[in-house]
Amino acid sequence: MTCAAPEVRLSVRSVMAAAGARWNHVWVGTETGILKGVNLRRKQAANFTAAGQPRREEAILMGCADRTVRHFSIEEGRFRGQRHCPGGEGTFRGLAQADGTLITCVDSGVLRVWGDDKETSSDPVLELRVGPGVCRMRQDPVHPHVVATGGKENALKVWDLQGSEEPVFRAKNVRNDWLDLRVPIWDQDIQFLPESRKLVTCTGYHQVRVYDPASPQRRPVLEATYGEYPLTAMTLTPGGNSVIVGNTHGQLAEIDLRQGRLLGCLKGLAGSVRGLQCHPSKPLLASCGLDRILRVHRIRNPRGLEHKVYLKSQLNCLLLSGRDNWEDEPPEPPEPAKLSSEDTEADELWASLEAAAKRQRPDLEQTSGVVPTGRRKKKRPGSASP
Amino acid sequence: MEKTGGSRKKGLKRKSAAEEPQEAAVGEDGATESGGQAPKASAFPPGFSISEIKNKQRRHLMFTRWKQQQRKEKLAAKKKLKKEREALGDKAPPKPIPKTIDNQRVYDETTVDPNDEEVAYDEATDEFASYFNRQTSPKILITTSDRPHGRTVRLCEQLSTVIPNSHVYYRRGLALKRIIPQCISRDFTDLIVINEDRKTPNGLILSHLPNGPTAHFKMSSVRLRKEIKRRGKDPTEHVPEIILNNFTTRLGHSVGRMFASLFPHNPQFIGRQVATFHNQRDYIFFRFHRYIFKSEKKVGIQELGPRFTLKLRSLQKGTFDSKYGEYEWVHKPREMDTSRRKFHL
Repeated sequence: MTCAAPEVRLSVRSVMAAAGARWNHVWVGTETGILKGVNLRRKQAANFTAAGQPRREEAILMGCADRTVRHFSIEEGRFRGQRHCPGGEGTFRGLAQADGTLITCVDSGVLRVWGDDKETSSDPVLELRVGPGVCRMRQDPVHPHVVATGGKENALKVWDLQGSEEPVFRAKNVRNDWLDLRVPIWDQDIQFLPESRKLVTCTGYHQVRVYDPASPQRRPVLEATYGEYPLTAMTLTPGGNSVIVGNTHGQLAEIDLRQGRLLGCLKGLAGSVRGLQCHPSKPLLASCGLDRILRVHRIRNPRGLEHKVYLKSQLNCLLLSGRDNWEDEPPEPPEPAKLSSEDTEADELWASLEAAAKRQRPDLEQTSGVVPTGRRKKKRPGSASP
Repeated sequence: MEKTGGSRKKGLKRKSAAEEPQEAAVGEDGATESGGQAPKASAFPPGFSISEIKNKQRRHLMFTRWKQQQRKEKLAAKKKLKKEREALGDKAPPKPIPKTIDNQRVYDETTVDPNDEEVAYDEATDEFASYFNRQTSPKILITTSDRPHGRTVRLCEQLSTVIPNSHVYYRRGLALKRIIPQCISRDFTDLIVINEDRKTPNGLILSHLPNGPTAHFKMSSVRLRKEIKRRGKDPTEHVPEIILNNFTTRLGHSVGRMFASLFPHNPQFIGRQVATFHNQRDYIFFRFHRYIFKSEKKVGIQELGPRFTLKLRSLQKGTFDSKYGEYEWVHKPREMDTSRRKFHL
């Protein structure tokens, strides 16, 4: 059943928000292609691979290195289907879902909107060329048809998928520096600020920049620098006034966006930060990186480490569960699960299955029939929260 | 004065000298003989310690006296314990194990379980998989930092005799990022750069070539062949065996595999040579020996080649790129070295 040494090594590159995830607090994707659900209360982690065991959640979309997007159903707890998204080269850099369509963007800059994911047609509904070397594509949570892309030597562009083929906002590079040299561009991560139309980016040249499409200037409105190493991940804090960035040395910093200054740092990570996410209401931050440990920090009063879970593979991306009560304890394993009104499907199916909290064998069979090109998976926040 | 001083010393030895106040030295002159047998409560205000005596000579005297007292008590206690053990004979409780930093080590949650499937899968698909599957055989390039001095040059030469299929090249001020694509095109699998500071080698960069991890070590205690006492003759061309000791954590596993992938997979036991990488308390000791079995259980060893100690500073994911590369593990002294009993490798 398992291959001795699979040629393709998938790794999960980004995780999409799992709305309605039941008893797992954090979903993490790894370099080896395993999706892990971590329960922080019980300090348990469960592995899911293509032939994994049932679990209950709603949906997670995972973009894999072999250019397939796998649909992981949280309620059923297994991968329901996958679709192959060809076109362009490189790994997925962004996945989004809008009104039932799937938006994918790859490294070489090909942004495609795919139709309803029940079809297996290989023609995209819409295709855009964003420019080579894309590092991130992110969807505006408020306007699902607006996406932003940015990358290495690829300036920030905001696209409206229902509008024209030209970007709505194209950022301009800052002025030449004090030696009159062009400042290079390397946008690693993009976030949309909640209340306004502003965007924040963090770059590989350790800068954090705020852009405002509403203002006449296309240059960044605010620029702040932190550290000496490339910033790889970024997330917004619950207050909305600051961002937390992480760099390749494992340093996490909170930067205030009103003044552009450093508010504080978080200790603990030893490897490059690959995924960061703040809880929308609580002051908790989940971070994962190449040191194979998932950490949850408390951002304020007091600032410090809350949970630390060792997950045996290098972690690529993570997703916090969207449910409201984190303190809810799941029922004891032998009992069948009690469903709340959140879960819509498969009540009977779930009741008949046992909730087993065992670690699953990573299964390597998902490589069958797949072009052995890429290696990284990306997960994307899939569906809208219930 | 000396005589009374001497008798006072002897008399006061009985008492715990820590309690003697400074002024009592004068006041006790008269009452020494009687006071020598029984401690006087009035002479010792509570909470007085020897360190409060201002006179250095007197303080030193009090301290040495106290120390001798302690030693005597300790010896007496040991003798008593030994007598008890002998008296009990077979029924004596087992001797308590002394606490060392190694056996007090904080349990590391990243310790690798040999039956762990996920780790096995990870290792079957990482950058060293092709070496462990016998698909590639190692070819090493050894170089130094620019303009090396004698010790470093000699270390490189000796290392190249220890590691089979290795070549030493002079670094003509070339940038590592330019050397690496050239190495890859010439089928080298590993690059070793020995960094030198003030005429001694002090750092080692080990980069696995196609796109593999780069480890940066601090090197210390370097002994070249002629500095090793009672050594054997020079190593032969046989492929040595490898011993990797005590690489228990996940990080240690990765580093251990890096070292293992330097040497060809098929050791020639005829050569009876062995290279050892022994990890203890995060320091990796490298030794190169020749062994001979004198009987079933007795082995004689001769130390041959160079000897050095390494400490891991960082493990970076791609090939050498210290500025823009992604680090898998970075040693941060102020965060990681807070406990004396916690180790990472």
